[in-house]
Amino acid sequence: MNRKTITGIVLLGLLAVLPPIFIATGNAFYVDLTTRLVILAIAATSLNLVLGYGGLVSFGHAAFVGIGAYAVGIPAYHGIYGGGELIASFNGFYHIALAVILSALFALITGAICLRTKGVYFIMITMAFAQMVYYLFISLETYGADDGLVIDLRSELPLVNLDKPLQMYYFAFVSLLAALLIVRTIVRSRFGMVLQGAKGNPERMVTLGYNIYLYRLAAYVISGAMAGYAGALLGNFTTFISPDMMDWHRSGELMFMIILGGAATTLGPLMGSAAFIVVEEILSHYTVYWHLPFGLMLIAIVLFARGGVMGIITGKDKS
Amino acid sequence: MDYALLLVQTLNGVQLGLLLFLVASGLTLVFGILDFVNLAHGALYMLGAFICAWLTLALGNFLIAMVIAVPVTAGAGYLIERTVARPLYARDHLDQVLATFGLILVIDTMVHLVFGPEGIAVPLPAWLNGQLDFGANVILPTYRLLIIGFGILTAFGLFWMVTYTKIGMLIRAGASNRTMVSALGIDIQTLFAFVFALGAALAGLAGMLISPITEASIGMGNNIIITAFVVIIVGGIGSMKGAFIGAMLIGLIDTLGRSFLDTIFALFMSPAAAETSAPAISAMLIYIIMAAVLAVRPQGLFPPKAR
Amino acid sequence: MSSLLSITGLNKSFGGIKATDDVNLDVLEGELHAIIGPNGAGKTTLISQLSGALPPDTGSIMFNGQDITRAPAYGRAKLGITRSFQITSLVKDMSVLDNIALAVQAKQGHSFRFLKPARSIAPLRDEALTHLDAVGLADRADAPTVNLSHGEHRLMEIAIALASDAPLMMLDEPMAGLGPDESARMVTFLKTLKGKRTIVLIEHDMDAVFALADRISVLVYGHIIATGTPAEIRSNSAVRQAYLGEED
Ligand SMILES: Nc1ncnc2c1ncn2[C@@H]1O[C@H](COP(=O)(O)OP(=O)(O)O)[C@@H](O)[C@H]1O
Ligand SMILES: [Mg+2]
Repeated sequence: MNRKTITGIVLLGLLAVLPPIFIATGNAFYVDLTTRLVILAIAATSLNLVLGYGGLVSFGHAAFVGIGAYAVGIPAYHGIYGGGELIASFNGFYHIALAVILSALFALITGAICLRTKGVYFIMITMAFAQMVYYLFISLETYGADDGLVIDLRSELPLVNLDKPLQMYYFAFVSLLAALLIVRTIVRSRFGMVLQGAKGNPERMVTLGYNIYLYRLAAYVISGAMAGYAGALLGNFTTFISPDMMDWHRSGELMFMIILGGAATTLGPLMGSAAFIVVEEILSHYTVYWHLPFGLMLIAIVLFARGGVMGIITGKDKS
Repeated sequence: MDYALLLVQTLNGVQLGLLLFLVASGLTLVFGILDFVNLAHGALYMLGAFICAWLTLALGNFLIAMVIAVPVTAGAGYLIERTVARPLYARDHLDQVLATFGLILVIDTMVHLVFGPEGIAVPLPAWLNGQLDFGANVILPTYRLLIIGFGILTAFGLFWMVTYTKIGMLIRAGASNRTMVSALGIDIQTLFAFVFALGAALAGLAGMLISPITEASIGMGNNIIITAFVVIIVGGIGSMKGAFIGAMLIGLIDTLGRSFLDTIFALFMSPAAAETSAPAISAMLIYIIMAAVLAVRPQGLFPPKAR
Repeated sequence: MSSLLSITGLNKSFGGIKATDDVNLDVLEGELHAIIGPNGAGKTTLISQLSGALPPDTGSIMFNGQDITRAPAYGRAKLGITRSFQITSLVKDMSVLDNIALAVQAKQGHSFRFLKPARSIAPLRDEALTHLDAVGLADRADAPTVNLSHGEHRLMEIAIALASDAPLMMLDEPMAGLGPDESARMVTFLKTLKGKRTIVLIEHDMDAVFALADRISVLVYGHIIATGTPAEIRSNSAVRQAYLGEED
């Protein structure tokens, strides 16, 4: 086991035990922070499946997160303000199922189009489709347009009460463990080998008889569904949703987390999210202009990473 | 159908299309010739708007401010080319995307630091601030006509430059054959820097032109860049002609969609349903068009010849 | 013998260059058919059209009596056409065994199998190992592909072609860049394959070609100027003039 893996496992261990300690020592604020970290890590893990293992630079993942969050927020809105009795009466399982199904569906439709293109087209088109969702929710006056929507009613689930911070946290944490396990299982499976083969050499994979388009689309849908799930958690956690969750800056941040932590590794996205949250927390503590050092850091990482960022992804800079 | 409104909105669509062309042409030039994806192109649009807005307030004259702000924005583009873009030409597109994403954060925050968090409204000189009455309910703001005139002039200038001048010939040669440019003994580095600065100037100019209508604000670049992406995806990345036609198409469809979609929908659905669905559909319209174009032609309408 | 692959009136241009010029060719079941011709004659372009990597401008390609002219590349592979690449084309960031195992796995129909770890599926790994063994690379199975030499990469290409079980193998200059020993090994190896598969072989090494081929087609400027047995080709005056003559 290399040092990076060990660091990741230690981090996972800390996340398992720290929040109750935060509460006991009167630092409840940090529970919020770790909950956000864990939810972001799920989203980043989902992106890692396509970006890290599939080599598909999707710049629109925040849209899936947003769709997931609205899938919780809109039924909750109807639950309180009436109308839409059907969705409003759904409990948490239905909210989550709705989030997963809608984001998977969106991934299927947009992925079918995006994946016909390559390279920079793919980057721009994923970005554009995410922006489409962003503008769609801005146009929906009923659900708060660009002011967003307050969720007064969290999803109801058996056994856990998401209104309790610690239960919310552990629900997210267990979800993260599941997400990590799912992605790890997928990438090691025969499907995962094809996906990674198509990243390394698409021409070869086609010559072997693989219709790589379908494999990539499947990965894209799985990834979108997982990101939607993360969105459902995020909506329940923040109890406030707005189109800003889908701003393409959010997608850029998710990519950044993966690059920071190590793409195409199981725990990389988690470590990247942790680093991101810590950097954000520290920098924003000192200055409202924290995006400045943050941006400079991002530029420096790209400029000075040996073999470029793709080198980090394919592991060619390992030494 | 309200024909006066149709005429006015068509002109608004043309105006948006021309501004989009200014942004998209720089983007497509930089991508076509330098093979570089510049997410921060929208930040240059915003930077141009702020510099011009500040100068307008300082000097009291919008037009003089613009004359100074365009080369200043070009200078900023040149600086970015030297520091961030140049080391990344040979790199993967992902590297370029991430680095220029960082650049956006830097530029946005710098503008915030220097000019403050509020937008800056840009006052127009009185002679531009009026309206022209063409009769039959057709009343157009003078300034919008100026933007249209200015946009058309710039578009012509750009096509003329690319088609007839030596630098344009180099640009076209660079787009199709890098080694040839080098073989001709032309310094490709200088050419690249020029193209980048030109792109910055065009984006900045677009930002300046729009700022008296919308005011200069920090988020303005983030929205235009995606729309400009849609334009060049539809037009074909790297093609000047594609950028122009794509920009006009997107500008018109977006503007007309927003004003007439409810009327069109009301033709075949209940007015109430049209009322609620039209805003949502019109918000997504240009992306739907993009998807439709891609489904038929994944390389866009006018893919440039293979390099 | 019946023809396995039947090409009629195939044309392909790149801008002004006619890379494939009215090619008509039948490859018979079980034969080793060599295609020779100077550099730039259009040999690789021809193979790419047969494998589906490039669409032809006009013409038709029949395989096993089925029109595959417009079939996608992955579909042709499924029908039983495999190719090796002149410029080595492997998944560089995977291990040697992984590369071959992917070829074995491709025969399982589809790979939408998400649960079992691929590397723990014994039949996949075992079969891949036998193919590696056949080309003499078994001891390199777990090495990262990037670490192998050029010659070893060429052998991996062959192992992949073997693993595919395809009735039709198209090999694009398998001996390019190999030393004399490695070349000799490759020739011996191809001899053992003769008769078991139908092989289209592109090769510059004339000794190898004349030793191995049942029939030879000569391609010049995208056009086939002659097809025949090695003896016929050797004595063909047009070939001597256009091609073999230049050699010595
Ligand atoms: N993708 C391509 N674009 C343009 N020209 C090509 C392309 N591929 C091959 N050619 C040209 O087609 C001709 C045949 O090339 P090729 O099939 O590689 O020849 P061979 O394999 O016989 O050496 C050459 O003139 C080559 O330059
Ligand atoms: Mg060749």
